[in-house]
Amino acid sequence: MTVTATPRVPSTGTTSGPHEARPNALRRAWDSFAIIFRSRVAVIGLAIVVFWVLVAIFAPLIAPLDPLKQDSKAILQGPSSTYLLGTDKLGRDILSRLIYGARTILLLAPIAVLLSVFVGTCLGLTGGYFGGLIDEIVMRILDAIMAFPTILLYLIIISAIGSSAINVVLAITFVGAPGVARLVRSLTLDIRTRDYIRAAETRGENPLYIMFVEILPNARGPLIIDSMLRVGYAIFSIGTLGFLGLGLPAPTPDWGGMINEARRYIWTSPLGVLWPALAVSSLVVGLSLFADGLREESTRYQ
Amino acid sequence: MAIDPRPHTPILDVCDLAISYETRRGDVPAVRGVSFDIQRSKTLGVVGESGCGKSTIAFGIVNFLGRNGKIVKGNILFQGQDLVSRSEGELRKIRGDRIAMVYQDPMQALNPSMRIGDQMSEVLTVHRGLEKKAAEEKCIQMLERVYMPDAANVMRRYPHQISGGQQQRVVIAMALLNDPALLIMDEPTTALDVTVEAAVLDLIAGLQKDFDTAIMYITHNLGVVARVSDKVAVMYAGEMVERAEVADVFLRPLHPYTQGLLRCVPRLGQDKSSSYLYPIPGRVPSPANLPPGCVFEPRCSYARAECRQKRPDLRQVAPSHVTRCLFAEEIAQAEWKPPAERELAHTLATKAALKDAVPILRVEHAQMYYQAPSRQLIGGPKQYVKAVDDVSLDVKRGRTLGIVGESGCGKSTLAKTVIGLEVATGGKLEFMGMDIATPVAKRDLELVKNLQMVFQNPDSTLNPSFNVGTQIGRSLRLFKVVPSNQVRDEVIRLLDMMKLGERYYDRLPRQLSGGEKQRVGIARAIAGRPELVLCDEPVSALDVSVQAAVLNLLLEIQQELGTTMVFIAHDLSVVRFFCDTIAVMYLGQVVEIGPAEAIYAPPYHPYTEALLSAVPIPDPRAEQKHIRLSGTVPSALNPPSGCHFHTRCPRKFGEICEKELPPWQDVAPGHRIFCHIPLAELRKVEAVVTLKA
Repeated sequence: MTVTATPRVPSTGTTSGPHEARPNALRRAWDSFAIIFRSRVAVIGLAIVVFWVLVAIFAPLIAPLDPLKQDSKAILQGPSSTYLLGTDKLGRDILSRLIYGARTILLLAPIAVLLSVFVGTCLGLTGGYFGGLIDEIVMRILDAIMAFPTILLYLIIISAIGSSAINVVLAITFVGAPGVARLVRSLTLDIRTRDYIRAAETRGENPLYIMFVEILPNARGPLIIDSMLRVGYAIFSIGTLGFLGLGLPAPTPDWGGMINEARRYIWTSPLGVLWPALAVSSLVVGLSLFADGLREESTRYQ
Repeated sequence: MAIDPRPHTPILDVCDLAISYETRRGDVPAVRGVSFDIQRSKTLGVVGESGCGKSTIAFGIVNFLGRNGKIVKGNILFQGQDLVSRSEGELRKIRGDRIAMVYQDPMQALNPSMRIGDQMSEVLTVHRGLEKKAAEEKCIQMLERVYMPDAANVMRRYPHQISGGQQQRVVIAMALLNDPALLIMDEPTTALDVTVEAAVLDLIAGLQKDFDTAIMYITHNLGVVARVSDKVAVMYAGEMVERAEVADVFLRPLHPYTQGLLRCVPRLGQDKSSSYLYPIPGRVPSPANLPPGCVFEPRCSYARAECRQKRPDLRQVAPSHVTRCLFAEEIAQAEWKPPAERELAHTLATKAALKDAVPILRVEHAQMYYQAPSRQLIGGPKQYVKAVDDVSLDVKRGRTLGIVGESGCGKSTLAKTVIGLEVATGGKLEFMGMDIATPVAKRDLELVKNLQMVFQNPDSTLNPSFNVGTQIGRSLRLFKVVPSNQVRDEVIRLLDMMKLGERYYDRLPRQLSGGEKQRVGIARAIAGRPELVLCDEPVSALDVSVQAAVLNLLLEIQQELGTTMVFIAHDLSVVRFFCDTIAVMYLGQVVEIGPAEAIYAPPYHPYTEALLSAVPIPDPRAEQKHIRLSGTVPSALNPPSGCHFHTRCPRKFGEICEKELPPWQDVAPGHRIFCHIPLAELRKVEAVVTLKA
C-alpha cells in the first residue's frame, strides 16, 4: 500500500464556520434581547416595568372612577369598597389617580430621556471624535452644568421658564444631557482608535457618517443600559418637581404632586402618601433591576 | 541547590495527560493524550497554532486551571512525585518554589507601583527569610546574570521606566531567584522586537548552562522553537501529534500537520518567484466538536478511510521520535508534490514584464514631525518628535515595496502620511503625478479610491455592528464602482475572489475567524480597484497556516489586478518572500533600500546586518552571525546627531558617524546604503545566514 501525496485544494484556508447567519434582522434583535431571560433580576425588573406600562396604556379601562371627579362627602378616607385605596383631600379616588398618574409619568420620563440622550450623544460624539479645542469647549461647558446641584438646577430652570409638562421635559433634558455626553464621549474615545474608523477615514467618509454610522452603533450597548437607568432618574425627577409644586399644573394626576398634597395629612391618613410613594419606587426599582440584569448578562461573555 | 538523588529521573514527566473545562454544554476536552518528559538542563519546545492547548498544559502543571478546569486523566510527575489529585497544600509542599513561570506580557507580571528592587527582593525576604540587605545584593547579582545593564540602577526604577526587553529580563531573573528546577515560559518573546527577542533567546539558551534548569518553552513561532529547543512537541487541537529532537521535527517531520506547518512559513531567502506557500486547508476544529477519528483527518492530504474511524495513538516510529499518525512510515517515504507549478510560472512571467515599470508613488525627503508638549508652563523651546525624518523612496507600478524595521522606527507613520491620515510636515509626496501632501478629507474621490489600506488587527478592522456584505458594499457605493443595483453581485464576486463565497455576505464580524476577517478587510480595500494598497502588518496577528493563505491571496490579487503594494512588516522572512524592493528603517530614516535579494546579501547596512542576525529562522541547520545591538532605540524626540544608528552600531566607523549625516552610497542600480563606511569595506562582510550541511 502506498500513500499518494496530493494535497486536496491548495490555498483555501477556510471552510464554513459553525454559525450560518440568517439575514433576518428581527431574529437577531430577538436573540440579543433574549439574554435577559438568563437573569432572574432582569426578568423581575422587566415584569414590574411591563406591569406599569400596561396600567398606563389601559388606564381608562382599569381605573374604577374618574381621577378628576371630586366627592365632597368622602374626603381623606381610608380604603373602602368604593374607593379601594381611599381618597385625597378633595375626595378624589387615589387608585384612579395612581393609574392615570402612571400615564403621565411613563409618557414624560421616556421623552425626557430620549431628548437628553439625543443631545448628549451629539455633544459626546462631536467632542470625542474631533478632540482638541472643540472637545475642550464642549466638555468644560458640560462640566459647569454638572457642577450645579441637580435640585438647584431644576428650581432655576422651572422658575425661569414656568411649570408645564413640556418645561419639565426640557429641564430634565438639560440636566441629564451632560451625563450622557460624558458617557458617549468616553465610548467614542475608545472606538475611534479602532482600525475600522481608520478604514472609513481612508475611504474619505465625512465626519457625520463616521460618528453616527461607524461609531454610534458600537456604543449602543452601554448607552441603552444607561438610558434605562436614566428613565428611573427621570421618574424621580418628575416626582421631585411635582412634590416641590414645580411639576405639572394642578388637576393632572401626578405621583409627585399626589405625595405633596397628601403630605400635610400624613398623620391623619398616611396611606395617601404611601400609595404614590410605592408606585414611584416600584417603577424605579423595576427599571434599575432590569438595567442591572441586562448589563450583567451582556458583559458576562466579553 | 539540592541534589537530586536520582540523576536520571526527568525533572518533569507528563504521561497521557487530559484536561477538560466544564461549560454549560458539558465538559470540553482542552488537552488530551499529552506525554512528554524534560530532563535537567534541557529545553522542550511546545509549538502549535492558537487554541491548540499549549498554555493549558502549562496551567495544568502549575494547577492554575481555574474553577472550571480539571485534570481528567494522566500523571504529572515533578522530580518523581505525582502532582495530580493532591490538595493545594500538598502541592505547594512538593512544588515549593521549584516551578517558575514566565508569561508573554512582562507588564502583567510586574507590579507597576513597586520599585523593581522591592518586588524582586520580596521574593527572597518572604520565601527564604533573607535580610533585606542580603536579598537586594542577591537580586543585583541575579540581574547581572541575566545580562541586565546597570543592574544596581535598575533596582531603583519602576517597571514602566525600563524597556520591554528589560522588563522581561527582570521577570526571568525573578523566576530564577528561587533556583527553580523547572521553568515554564509561555510565549516570553512574542511581544518583543526581533533584536530584543534575539537577546532574550540568547539569555534563555544560557540559562540551561548556568542554572541547570529544565525549560518548557511554549510558542507559536517555528523560528524561535528551532533556536531554543532540544526537543520539540507539536500540538494540534489539544493533542500532541509529534514529538522529536529539534532537527528531526524540522528536517524529517512524520506527522502531516507538522509537514503542513513547515510548508506554510517562508524560509529566509525564499521569494515568491521561486517558491510558494502551501496553506493547510480548513481550520482547527473547536474542542467541543472534535472529529471522531484522527483530529487532523479533515485537513489532511493523506487521509484515508481508517483515519476517519480510528483515533491514532502516539507511537514510536524512530528512536526518540513519536507521532500520532497511522501511516507515518509511508508518509516519510512518499514524496510530497507541490500542486501549483502553474501559478509559479505566472509569477515569473509578470516579474519579467515589470522590469522597467514606472514609479507610481514617489516620496522625496518626507518629514513627519510631531510637536512635543513643552515641559515648561510658558514658552520654552519647541521640541519635535521626528517620527519620519527625511525619507525618500519610490514604488513602481505593479511592484511591492516592503518596509521593515523595529517598532517605533516610523514605518506606520510613513504609511499614514501616504494614505492621508497624517499630513507630512515637509518633503514631497506624489502619487500618480498628483500631490498627496494633503489630508484624506481634502483629497478628491479619484485619489482616495486609488489609495487604500489593509490593517493589522483582524479584530478591529471590521465594524462589529455591520455584516460583511454591507461593509464591502459601502466602498463600492462610495466609489461608484458599479451601478447600485449590481453592488450585491460585485460584493459576492469579491468574496469569491477572497475564497469566502456568498454565504459570508450576511455574516457579522464576530462570526468570522481571524483569517476570514482579514480577507474581508482586503476585499474592502480592493473593492474600489485601487492602484496602490498599503498593507500595515496584514498577517502578523495571524497563525502561520492562515498567514500563508492570506499572503497567497494578496499575491493572486496583485497578479490579477496588477495592484501596487506597500507591505509593512517586522517579519523579515515574510517580507523577503513577498516583496520586490525592501526599505529598512531605523528611527525615522531609511538606512538601506534595494531589491529584496540584495538586502539579504552583503554588502549590508550595519543595522540590516544586525536585524538579519536576530531573525529566528525555522530551520535548525541555519547558522547566523551573532550580532546583538547594545542599548535601546533612542527616543525620536532627540535622535542622535549624525548617523542615528551610531549609538548602537557595532561597526561604528569613527567620530564622523557622530557628527555628520552619512552619505547615500550606491551599491548597484536601485540599491543604496546610508552609511559612512566605504562600500569596499562593507562588501567584505560575509553573509549573515549560512546553511550548515
